[in-house]
Amino acid sequence: MTRLALFLLPALLCLTGCQREEQLGSGETLVEKANREGVLIMGNSNEPKGLDSQVVTGVLESNILRALFEGLVSDHPSEDATVLPAGAEVLEPDATATVWTAKLRQDAKWSDGAPVTAHDYAFAYQRILEPSFAAKYAEMLYFLKGADRFNKGETTDFKEVGVEVLDDFTLRLTLRGPTPYFPQILKHYTWNPVPRHAVLKYGTMTQKGNAWSKLGNIVSNGPYQLKSWRRNDHLEVERNPYYWGADKVTLNGVRFLPINNSYTEARMFRDGLMHVTYTAPPEIVDFMKKENPSVLRQEPYVGTLFFRCNTKRKPLDDQRVRRALNLAYNQEEICNKILRGYKPAYGMTPPMAGYDSPHAISFDPETARRLLAEAGFPGGKGFPRLKILLASRETAATVAQAVQAMWRKELGIEVEIENKEWTAYLAAMQEFDYDLASSGWIGDYLDPLTFLEMWTDGNGNNLTGWSSKPYEELLQKSHQEADAAKRYALLREAETIMTAESPTLLIAWYARNYLMDPAVEGWKPLLLDNHPYDVLRLRTK
Amino acid sequence: MTRIILSRLFQGLLTLFVLVTITFFLVRMMPGSPYTDEKALPKHILEQLKAYVGLDKPLPVQYLTYLKNLIVDQDMGILLKRDGVKVSEIISQSFPVSAFLGVLSIGIALIVGLPAGVIAAVKKNGPLDYACLGAAMMGICLPSFVIGPLLAVFAGLGLKWLNVAGWNTPTDWILPAVTLGMVNAAYIARLTRGGMLDVLNQDYIRTARAKGVPGHRIVTRHALRGGLIPAVAFVGPAFAGMISGSFVIETIFQVPGMGQHFVNATTDREYFLIQGLVLFYGFLIVGANLLSDLAQIALNPRLRASA
Repeated sequence: MTRLALFLLPALLCLTGCQREEQLGSGETLVEKANREGVLIMGNSNEPKGLDSQVVTGVLESNILRALFEGLVSDHPSEDATVLPAGAEVLEPDATATVWTAKLRQDAKWSDGAPVTAHDYAFAYQRILEPSFAAKYAEMLYFLKGADRFNKGETTDFKEVGVEVLDDFTLRLTLRGPTPYFPQILKHYTWNPVPRHAVLKYGTMTQKGNAWSKLGNIVSNGPYQLKSWRRNDHLEVERNPYYWGADKVTLNGVRFLPINNSYTEARMFRDGLMHVTYTAPPEIVDFMKKENPSVLRQEPYVGTLFFRCNTKRKPLDDQRVRRALNLAYNQEEICNKILRGYKPAYGMTPPMAGYDSPHAISFDPETARRLLAEAGFPGGKGFPRLKILLASRETAATVAQAVQAMWRKELGIEVEIENKEWTAYLAAMQEFDYDLASSGWIGDYLDPLTFLEMWTDGNGNNLTGWSSKPYEELLQKSHQEADAAKRYALLREAETIMTAESPTLLIAWYARNYLMDPAVEGWKPLLLDNHPYDVLRLRTK
Repeated sequence: MTRIILSRLFQGLLTLFVLVTITFFLVRMMPGSPYTDEKALPKHILEQLKAYVGLDKPLPVQYLTYLKNLIVDQDMGILLKRDGVKVSEIISQSFPVSAFLGVLSIGIALIVGLPAGVIAAVKKNGPLDYACLGAAMMGICLPSFVIGPLLAVFAGLGLKWLNVAGWNTPTDWILPAVTLGMVNAAYIARLTRGGMLDVLNQDYIRTARAKGVPGHRIVTRHALRGGLIPAVAFVGPAFAGMISGSFVIETIFQVPGMGQHFVNATTDREYFLIQGLVLFYGFLIVGANLLSDLAQIALNPRLRASA
């Protein structure tokens, strides 16, 4: 029996090897086959939580929604600051950039052939703001006049919200104040229209779990429509024949793979099973730099890595202590040795669209020691043993260990590292049961506000206990400022206050490390990483 | 026999009830909730979401509602982070994949483990015994997250015989099934060896040898039935474990089975999915144990007599 098994196993492996070649053509890899078919295969980190753009909140879902849906405007394939007309042929602001009128294209259709009208947009905006729908990302629409009051149930009349359908193809949006950067906000998927007819076919407007976005029911208005979806296996989209720009769409489809293990992903990439990985582990980055640098991509990404300080606890309630901690670790070294590709963060907001953060933070151990002494801890004497809270993620642990060692060396203080499972870590932070917490923030849109508004009093993402009246007044002023340069100056002033008080200890600005097959053409670095798929090409040999 | 089956069924139901109850309360004691997210939700949204699924009610009310839905409506609930998806939908989609992988794996484990255990026992303290024991020890000591990637690199990236991951073609079944099977084959080989040695040292085997019964006949006709009992006792629960999915194997080889849901549900605090999966797993264990008991009764005359 054993002999038989020993004989059969290699034989079976040989046979399957032949089968594999037969399946893919003579020696053709899956990627080569996909190149011929014009289907991009991408790693997408995990299983999407849904395809209803008014329900989901994650980056990986947005990668799929970008293929399926289109809002009033869309992303430019290579320029971060530029928006392209999409659902709207024309998007015009008034003189104060407070009232925006969108002239919709009349040839825009849903994937079942029904026209996309202004009513679909208005329906979508009402749906996401309806209190009973309890959309997690409704706040993204608070730029609309009266949207927050309606969403909080302070008024029940949607007419008080700044959404007006002038005719079937004209939509007027009135905002809470001058918002010259509004087209950037509109790129976010929460502003996508939803097919009113499909939503109402499978339920009511505010019904939770409405089946309209499930496989077989879903209709979309983007360049692609849903083709297949097998949980924990793949989700594939194919060309939408009713898309207004269908003749300009280059890729025939995109296949998203929910691979949450970065090593599996790297192995699959090397085996020719996918074009683009979601991420690349640090070891692979080093290996690829030596072995095959042409496939390694390292690009800036609009995100900041930092430690939150619990300013409700001593001694972190003292601004001098927080600032001392912030100046006593070498960001450059951390970026070079651990966070390959990341840049040292000298402000909360990473560089974007002409905005440059105040250069508030740099490695300055001498000043750090002086500040700590002023706060009553000369040479670190008497400093309590604080804990850095982090979630079980390897890179975060390595960064925390580096900071721990640098603080010991530069300030003479000891901190502990406390590792928790992801949700337990979030819960501890939200209950203020921490001293310092390793954190990060990815911008929702390309404007400094997405990094600054969260530090206001009562904001659910603040979680530091810090608040500042002058800071909030400056943000409020910026909401009323139509001139872009003056507005940036106000935001910069606000950010200067925040970085000086250091409720967060800034570490690095994010980068994206990933692997991409050279066959993919037209993929340019983008800060928000929102690549439009319809302009990409796959080169065959 | 009927009495034993009925008794085991009653015990199984009681076990499942206790399991459901303990899981319900333990899950609720975990820090955070399904709505604890990186981007904190506004209070008014959070309240609405909790009210929608009844998480705003007192815990005993939630428990009774869950039991009522489970027993009366056969409804295991919905996913809290995936709008409109039912727990039963997740199980019905992922279980067939895990079950198929489990059957393949247990087949490999039995084909490799049983003969290896028997040979090791028969050739006790000989080179073959040491070889089998050594291989089994390696199989037990090397975790699947080491064996799996090594196999993938060897058979996929190195020899280009198989895909390193995925679940698209029949050839994609081989690596995960072999990885999962080999780990269990090692246990089965050890248990079979032990069981066979016990039997081979018994008086009736010595009598058979004295009567001149040939060695292979002693093994196949007289010793095998009793020698397999420890392995059979192991195979039941192990089989349940294998067909309900192995998170590690499924992650390494990107298999769309139940294993990944087990872990993700816990991280996401998907209350109803955790409860549903634990209940389903419990059901499989109870069923597998029952079958294992019946198999042992069939193999062991003393048990058969007492039944």
